[in-house]
This record gives sequence, structure tokens and C-alpha cells, in this order.
Amino acid sequence: MNDGVAALWVYMSASPLLHLTLTVSVFVSARWLYRRLGRRAWLNPVLLTVLVLVGILTVTEIPYQRYFEGAQFVHFLLGPATVALAVPLYRQLSLLKRYPMALTVSLLCGSLTAVASALIIAKLAGASNQAMISIAPKSVTTPVAMGISERLGGLPSLTAVLVILTGILGASLGPWLLEKLRISEPMAKGLAMGVASHGIGTGRAVYMGEVAAAFSGLAMGLNGLATAVLLPLIWRWWLG
Amino acid sequence: MLESLTVLLLCQLAGEFIVLLLGWPVPGPVIGMALLFSVLVIKGGVPKPLADTASGLLAHLSLLFVPAGVGVMTHLTLLGSQWLPVTSSLIVSTLLTIAVTGWLMQRLSRTEKPQ
Repeated sequence: MNDGVAALWVYMSASPLLHLTLTVSVFVSARWLYRRLGRRAWLNPVLLTVLVLVGILTVTEIPYQRYFEGAQFVHFLLGPATVALAVPLYRQLSLLKRYPMALTVSLLCGSLTAVASALIIAKLAGASNQAMISIAPKSVTTPVAMGISERLGGLPSLTAVLVILTGILGASLGPWLLEKLRISEPMAKGLAMGVASHGIGTGRAVYMGEVAAAFSGLAMGLNGLATAVLLPLIWRWWLG
Repeated sequence: MLESLTVLLLCQLAGEFIVLLLGWPVPGPVIGMALLFSVLVIKGGVPKPLADTASGLLAHLSLLFVPAGVGVMTHLTLLGSQWLPVTSSLIVSTLLTIAVTGWLMQRLSRTEKPQ
């Protein structure tokens, strides 16, 4: 009996279907828990899913490469989904027309601050080049950040985790910091949350009202584009 | 649905092609997004099927990060030796970005007349 189960496990653990099903079902459970416990930023479903899956793969001694053979069917959709981000960005474009100068300047300065400060602090604290370029796009929405990291020689999977941690940080500490700095204008609050902590920050900005949420979404989209163009130039210059 | 998925894939393909052809260090799907965005601006609207496909795909966007995110298990040694620069950079840079962006926007939007 035990031999039969073991043989079946050996067969199943090599099949892409098992890893695909595992990925989706763990994510669905994590999302359920997240909603159930009041959508707290630190209970982020992606982070929870990654932790559980890393645990399962470690215990069952399934190598990541074999897991990815199944999970790649989900992973592949990242490309078309990134392209689809053009639709919400187009819808938010009318917001840009309201304060074109203020928005352009704040967005570009925010985008530069996110990248430059991450690089400088990481360097001062002794990070390797590979770690630095994996951290640099941390404020950008995950699919774009992973693409940037990959193109510049970083580790996209490390970037994915760091981006989510940045989102959680921004969503948890952002409202407190904005209040401390007496930033009360809803447009400014939304923009700050979106530039610094992408979709997770935008999720938090929804609680600051409609205006803040809209500007946060706009900031997230434009920061993705700006960083994808600026970071390769900065990185080339940095490496000399 | 199938038509709009084709549009998304074509934009991505064109983006990847442009990036490879010109040797740009920008991710192909981002150029694809810029292409689709330009098309929407020229067209002056989002066709309903494309809007539906896009929102369907984006509603579950976070699931799509999972397979790559799990890959962090192959970098645990690197993370172990670099945790200090990584965490200090994340925390300080995120707070600094919020402060700079929010402060500038609040300041500048007061002096600029709404259009």
C-alpha cells in the first residue's frame, strides 16, 4: 500500500498539473484568509502564498525548476497583463490634464527618489551589484519591476518579493508619515502612495477617498513607464 | 474576448520585437503597454471587449506574481548575506519617496491653476 502511494507521489510530483493546481489553490486560500481577516496589508495574499509554497517545496524536496514547469502557465500571462495596464492608464489620463505641471514634476521627482535613494542606501550598506539592481525597481508595479530587473541583470524573483514588501511597507506606514508631514491634500496623498508603493499602496489609498485612489492609480501606471525608461539610463551611468 | 487577447499578445510581441531590434534595456511588455496606450489615445476610447478582457486579466494580476516569487527560494543564501542593505534600502527609500512625492504635489498644486 505504502509503496503504491509512494510510486503515485513520484509520478504526480513530476507532473505540471500538480504544481499548477497547488499554486492556484494556495493563492485562493490565502486570498480568502486575507479578506476574512479584514484585508490587512501584512497579510498580503501573494506573500502568504509564496511563503507557504516555499515551505511545501522545501519539505517535499521538490526543486524550484520542476515546480516552475507547472507554474509557468500562470507566469506566462504576466506579459499580456502588463500590456493590459494600458487600459486603466488611459482611463486615468484625464486626471493628468488637471494639474499637468505639478503632476509631471512630482511624479518624475518621486520616481527618481525611489530609484536613486534605493541604489545609494543599498550601496552604502554594502550590497552587491546584483542585489542593487534587484532592489532598484522596488516601487514599480510587480510585472514591470520584474521585467526591468531581468533586463538589467537582476534577479526577477527577488525583485518580485521586494516589490511586495515595499507595497506592504508603504501601505502600512504611508498614511502615518503623510499625517506627520501635514500632507493633507487628497491628490498629493494618493500620488505619494502610488509612486512609492504601487498597487498595494493604491489599495490602501482607496480608504483615503475617491480622489486619492484615482491619483494613486495614475501614479502607479506612470511610475512604471518612467522607471522602465529612467532606470536603464541611471544604471548604465552608475556602472560607468 | 479572443480578439482582444490577440490584440494584447500582438502588442507584447511588437514590444519584444522592438526591444530586441533596437537593443533597448526596457522590458518588451512595457513597450507593448506604451503601444496599446498610444493606440487608445489615437482611437479616443477603449472598445468594450478589450476593456472586459483587460479587467478580467488585471483582476487576478497578483496571482501571476506567485510562480516567480517562489523563485526567491533559490536566492536564500544571497538574501541571508545581503539582508541588511536590502531591508535598510527598502524602508528608507519607500518613506523618502512618499515624503518627496506628497510634499512636492501638495506644494505645486497650490500654485498651479487647475485646467
